[in-house]
Amino acid sequence: MSDPLVKIDGLTRRFDVSKPWLNRVIEREDKQFLTANADVSFEIGRGETFALVGESGSGKSTIAKMVVGLLAPSAGTITFDGQRIDAGAGIPRSLRRRFQMIFQDPFASLNPRWRVGEIISEPIRTFGLMNATDARKEAGRLLEVVGLSANDVNKFPHEFSGGQRQRIAIARALSSKPEFIVCDEPTSALDVSVQAQILNLMRDLQDEFGLTYLLISHDLSVVRHMSSRIGVLYLGRLVEVAQGKKLFTEPQHPYTRMLLDAVPDLALSGRRRRPVEGEIPNPISPPSGCAFHPRCPLAFDRCKQEIPQPRQTPIGQAACHALDHAVA
Amino acid sequence: MTTEPNPTPKEPSRLYRMWDSDLAYAFRTAPVAIAATLVALIIIGGAVFAPWLATMNPFNPAELNLMNGFTPPMEPNAFTGETFLMGADNQGRDMLSTILYGTRTSLFVGAMAVLFAMVLGISVGLFAGWRGGWVDSALMRVADVQLAFPAILIALLVFGIARGFIPDNLRDQLAIWVLIVAIGLSDWVQFARVVRGATMVEKNKEYVQAARVIGAHPVKIMFRHILPNVMGPVLVIATISLALAIIAEATLSFLGVGVPPTQPSLGTLIRIGQSFLISGEWWILLFPALTLLALALSVNLLGDWLRDALNPRLR
Amino acid sequence: MAEPLLSVRDLVVEFPTRRGILRALDRVSFDIMPGEVLGMVGESGAGKSITGAAIIGLIEPPGRIASGEIRLKGQRIDNITPEAMRKIRGKRIGMVFQDPLTSLNPLYTVAQQLIETIRTHIDCSEAEARKRAVALLDRVGIPAAARRIDDYPHHFSGGMRQRVVIALALCAEPELVIADEPTTALDVSVQSQIIEVLKDICAERGAAVMLITHDMGVIAETADRVAVLYAGRMAEVGPVREVITEAMHPYTAGLMSSIPTLTQESDRLVQIPGAMPRLNAIPTGCAFNPRCAKAFGPCTVERPELIAQEGGRQVACWLYDEAKRREVPHV
Ligand SMILES: Nc1ncnc2c1ncn2[C@@H]1O[C@H](COP(=O)(O)OP(=O)(O)OP(=O)(O)O)[C@@H](O)[C@H]1O
Ligand SMILES: Nc1ncnc2c1ncn2[C@@H]1O[C@H](COP(=O)(O)OP(=O)(O)OP(=O)(O)O)[C@@H](O)[C@H]1O
Ligand code: SF4
Ligand code: SF4
Ligand SMILES: [Mg+2]
Ligand SMILES: [Mg+2]
Repeated sequence: MSDPLVKIDGLTRRFDVSKPWLNRVIEREDKQFLTANADVSFEIGRGETFALVGESGSGKSTIAKMVVGLLAPSAGTITFDGQRIDAGAGIPRSLRRRFQMIFQDPFASLNPRWRVGEIISEPIRTFGLMNATDARKEAGRLLEVVGLSANDVNKFPHEFSGGQRQRIAIARALSSKPEFIVCDEPTSALDVSVQAQILNLMRDLQDEFGLTYLLISHDLSVVRHMSSRIGVLYLGRLVEVAQGKKLFTEPQHPYTRMLLDAVPDLALSGRRRRPVEGEIPNPISPPSGCAFHPRCPLAFDRCKQEIPQPRQTPIGQAACHALDHAVA
Repeated sequence: MTTEPNPTPKEPSRLYRMWDSDLAYAFRTAPVAIAATLVALIIIGGAVFAPWLATMNPFNPAELNLMNGFTPPMEPNAFTGETFLMGADNQGRDMLSTILYGTRTSLFVGAMAVLFAMVLGISVGLFAGWRGGWVDSALMRVADVQLAFPAILIALLVFGIARGFIPDNLRDQLAIWVLIVAIGLSDWVQFARVVRGATMVEKNKEYVQAARVIGAHPVKIMFRHILPNVMGPVLVIATISLALAIIAEATLSFLGVGVPPTQPSLGTLIRIGQSFLISGEWWILLFPALTLLALALSVNLLGDWLRDALNPRLR
Repeated sequence: MAEPLLSVRDLVVEFPTRRGILRALDRVSFDIMPGEVLGMVGESGAGKSITGAAIIGLIEPPGRIASGEIRLKGQRIDNITPEAMRKIRGKRIGMVFQDPLTSLNPLYTVAQQLIETIRTHIDCSEAEARKRAVALLDRVGIPAAARRIDDYPHHFSGGMRQRVVIALALCAEPELVIADEPTTALDVSVQSQIIEVLKDICAERGAAVMLITHDMGVIAETADRVAVLYAGRMAEVGPVREVITEAMHPYTAGLMSSIPTLTQESDRLVQIPGAMPRLNAIPTGCAFNPRCAKAFGPCTVERPELIAQEGGRQVACWLYDEAKRREVPHV
């Protein structure tokens, strides 16, 4: 990519999950670390929707939090339009204003004690973009942009349904006029009929304001519908990155294939799915080599010893030893 | 783009919304809470408006008539012919007036002590919960240690230390404030614990993360975002603490280490009254004691009710 | 036609609140045939879980069944004593819930729980019960079942626990299993395994399944018939394939086309405007009428009942009532 908006390079995040010091001493245990993300690199181009998919615990939200500066990386860098986003060193206001986040749970993401108008205009006030009266007017206008009524500024969040609350959260994200929005499972808490409304709204807003999205989801159909490029995570590592729809027709990595196989099929093709073996291993002590090897139908000796590095595939990149052999 | 229908077409007034709220409804249907509120309001009202309600200012020597000493309730005094609803004490003070003024002092000390405990406890709790880690551990260990001692003991200790520092000529003047700080310091732990626990829950909620993403200042997040959401349990504790603080003040004054004699509280009155019990002048003890009991009980019942009413699981 | 295993007729469930009575279910009727998998779908709050709870007599007071009847093999079970209901639960109707931890007692080993349940419902020796329990665990796909049976529930992963719960639900050989969102808390890759196990093992033992979920994909792959709930009322019932590919009720049709799939090509999703009404604000007439593009005369006045259609389908919509359509000819 010539000039990506967001560049993520070697991102790693470890959590200290040790027991308290005294217990460790008594039980003679070492410190324990959980690696939520290891060596994740990808780029997001201007105006595109880059999606991250993966099962629960694969580290999707951890990446989202690092990208918006809620969490400091253990290693690696995040660059936004040439500037570092570094939660440890502090992020300048002028940079902060340019990205925003939408959260999963519309019931937790709005302060229940604040009026909708205050909620939406908080970024405006924090960044000092307008005076109080203008901010209020802007809140009403944004409510209309997301399909609610300007009069709703005086209401409290509990007076709205889940879908409407998510619209309010989107209005808040838009209020500082960002270029880039990180959406962590924006529709997982919503019903399908409401999910369609929100996804359509997100697309309309993208077209209107030229937004760039990092979309996080565990729902492959949503990801396929929304994204221009997709990254697949397994146990904190990016196993495959591919051009949107191609991932679904020509998946390269065995895990991607397995994940696609597991999605229940609404089309009633009657295919009897290959049952997936096993479960996600404990992230504190992941398997050696390729973390997927205990479940992988193609696994061979090398997989247990060596962590596969990403290599080019016809549709993007994938990290799998079998790809070398298949090409040969 | 399609608009979802508005959930409420017309705005009910703020007053109506309050009346219609679940809490107001729970209150209306709880006889105990209503009774407790009435009792508390009568006593508090009496204390607040004491200068206008009382027939005399019992602490103005000019208004006293020693001849009225030991007049029993509802009986005309043998010398002056004056009648007192609750009798008069050894110095001829009208007991009712004495109680109104005494309650005023008790309530003032109690309320200020709770306010002090609340401000201190909330600040410590918010800070500990927000920072977490060793700051939190250290603050909470201090709290645990303090909780291991009876509140009265701590108040006595603070009181004793403060006395040592304050020059004699200021002692009476500052006594009340020392008492307030002493009781407050014995009581902040509860607030700190509850606020800390609630803060730890709230700070991980997404609305707090949303504020952090835009770089809102931590102090603003703590006081504007988190605090309003943890006020429910704080109010419950405040109410129950008020009852306890009033009793603590009475205990200290009873022990003679509380308010100065020029500003007696219910506790002082009980101490004084107690010495006349044996000689048969029961009213000098009984009425202040009953007032203290009624005040503490009603406020405590109210606190208990509030706790249950705010707990969704018990509803 | 054979006698239905479970027959629910005009079931009404109400929750009295201080703002009036909330009707969580309003005259819901459906049948489950022996050995059949009936999918129950609907949005959050539509009344799926309440339906399941009503069948097994576990509606939380002050909620209650206000009217209607529930029959298991022709025998009424909605008005029997709690004692009699307890015997039916577990023995004749098994249950699988969303969170496997709530169905397992953390203080007992899996073996203890399985053996106790087997012995309360089936007359057999301890050793015999244990043998059955191991066989069952093996069947639901727990590796090294004979060894792992003596573990406590927290030693198992989420997916494994749900397998244990399925074993527990099936150990008394029930005729009906009610599974309320059995896979919602699980990972996609594990979800399909669990659905597979549940489906196969019930088929093997001839147990019927009432599968409650909001995931149409799961229903499509698993159920024989599907019942669609909307705002506490039945919108449509019919064989899975027909309901999914050619929905009759405008709500079902909208729902189906609003789901993104792995094959569709369009850029925009079809969306139904608005959201399902809250229980205290259900519109008069058809509950769906404010959101329905095809609403006409009677829709805002009179509530449509389920009308039987060809191919064993039923739909509650005035569009399928010839008489009503004739009254308002312009639609
Ligand atoms: N603060 C933390 N302390 C310790 N471990 C954590 C912390 N946050 C996340 N983790 C762990 O890191 C891993 C990745 O978590 P993350 O929330 O990023 O997953 P996710 O892909 O978003 O999953 P989900 O789909 O469930 O939201 C998990 O194993 C999780 O338990
Ligand atoms: N104890 C209760 N008191 C009052 N209303 C209740 C109670 N339990 C459930 N309801 C209401 O009954 C309706 C149906 O609830 P139910 O749990 O069956 O929904 P559901 O279809 O299972 O939804 P979900 O997909 O969210 O599980 C909801 O609107 C709910 O608010
Ligand atoms: S590296 Fe080996 S184990 Fe990992 S996905 Fe490829 S083939 Fe499977
Ligand atoms: S009855 Fe009327 S409103 Fe209801 S679904 Fe049918 S056409 Fe739409
Ligand atoms: Mg997540
Ligand atoms: Mg449910």
